[in-house]
Amino acid sequence: MCSMKSIEDIRGNFPALQQNVWGKPLVYLDNGATSQKPQCVIDLVDRMHCGANANVHRAMHKLSDEATALYEGAREKVGEFINAPARENIIFTSGTTASINLVASSFCRKFLREGDKVMISGDSHHSNIVPWQMACEMAGASIVVIPVKDNGELDMEEFHRLLDEKVKIVAVEHISNVLGLVNPVKEVIEAAHSKGAAVLVDGAQGIVHCKVDVQELDCEFYVCSGHKIYATTGSGVVYGKKELLEAMPPYMGGGDMVDTVTFEKTTYAPLPLKFEAGTPNFIAQASLAPALEFAQSLREGEIAQVIEAEERKIIAYLKDELQKIEGCTVYGLGWMQQEGAAEPQWGAPGSKIPLFSFNIEGCFPSDLAQLLDKMGVAVRTGLMCCEPLMTRFGVTSMVRVSFLPYNTLQEAEYFIASLHRAVRMLR
Amino acid sequence: MTIKEIENEIVEEFAIFTDWMDKYEYIIELGKNVPVIEEKEKTEENLIKGCQSRVWLSCKVEDGKLWFAADSDAIITKGIISLLIRVYNGQAPADILANELEFIGKIGLQENLSPTRANGLVSMIKQIKIYAMAYNG
Repeated sequence: MCSMKSIEDIRGNFPALQQNVWGKPLVYLDNGATSQKPQCVIDLVDRMHCGANANVHRAMHKLSDEATALYEGAREKVGEFINAPARENIIFTSGTTASINLVASSFCRKFLREGDKVMISGDSHHSNIVPWQMACEMAGASIVVIPVKDNGELDMEEFHRLLDEKVKIVAVEHISNVLGLVNPVKEVIEAAHSKGAAVLVDGAQGIVHCKVDVQELDCEFYVCSGHKIYATTGSGVVYGKKELLEAMPPYMGGGDMVDTVTFEKTTYAPLPLKFEAGTPNFIAQASLAPALEFAQSLREGEIAQVIEAEERKIIAYLKDELQKIEGCTVYGLGWMQQEGAAEPQWGAPGSKIPLFSFNIEGCFPSDLAQLLDKMGVAVRTGLMCCEPLMTRFGVTSMVRVSFLPYNTLQEAEYFIASLHRAVRMLR
Repeated sequence: MTIKEIENEIVEEFAIFTDWMDKYEYIIELGKNVPVIEEKEKTEENLIKGCQSRVWLSCKVEDGKLWFAADSDAIITKGIISLLIRVYNGQAPADILANELEFIGKIGLQENLSPTRANGLVSMIKQIKIYAMAYNG
């Protein structure tokens, strides 16, 4: 792992990428949904099941100590990865959806009152819509939406116009899972703070593609999943500012989140355990340590430049080739939509990640996906858990390809050739 | 022909395909060419909603036999629908109810019947059985 010099070296760490499907080499382009797992993560999971499987935090025996050390070690690693001030800021959950539910439920119970507003970005995943609707219903509050422009960017003029003192929290996508554009979250956070609102950044995609520094961002909450960034499924994170997490009531009651319990009254454990009731998915959370170490190693030195160069080529290639297909609409081109527009700095607000959603006239998305599958290419289709965004663009389905550093330009080329074949068959 | 005979006929037809793409090419052709439901029949009532694609299904009874018409916005789904209609059209409700559908698995398209694919096909087959139950006896 330490000597990765090329994309091929990266790929070598992923057993799942070495297989054939339907007799063709797998071209896995559904990374927006979940990432494949590197050997170091697989080894850790194996090692824990074989040698360190015991419930965390509770028992006075060696196995439990080992499991606890790995679990808490992963918490340290997460904190380091996003530059959190302390371990108390990091709450483990089962994933981004659970993370947003936790914040929506607990924060809103404490701070949201009748007549207040929750603001969400118009490119939100259902997981960043429904929990807030549920919280608003409980409180008698309402939802306001930051609209999305035709090029997929958030309409920041409208955002500033809609933002007022009634807004108690703004929940914004760092990167939409459909549009693949880095949103100007720093601008959102600064403006929200000036009106006294907190901000939750949904980093399900953002953590994978951007360097995140929660202290520099100054957001109240940053939430993400482990499984999209090489950890195993069932791992997730809430980063929260300590004073808020202290003030918020617990989300779930149960074991491990208590200080003392009597039948009359319970006092709660200190952070972060106050929000971690029940047996956590400790093996999945522990897998965040090797996963984030792996992700970190790709962001440093020579290999980081190799990846950036490859991703730039993939983005430019797909933008051109998709638009060459007759009747193809590409969503979320952002700055690239306008001829001669200046490119934002790599990874900065407005920049595009290697993720493209599109539709082709006369070809139904699920038909394209089935044919691509038979040629070995895994893509995503459907509503992608973003029905309001689909409605915004007047469609009920899109096709999406999403890349990670282990994907190559060659795979993008094979995808485009396969897409041409599928289109010919369907028209 | 009985339902089973038609199913076997389809299985034989598909046996010639060794390549997945050829098989899908054929299903797409079926989807393109077979006459399906009339536009006026594409009502909310006849709609079976899935996440990936929508299916419309209507049913008429003539001389105790059922006749189906259907459509979908996805052409592969439509191709499979045309096979289902070929199997069930003109059959008696009791025979439809008694039949255990086998050909889709045998021609290697079982994945299309996964309930989580949400392409409307599973619901369509269920709806065919419900029509058969309603017209039975």
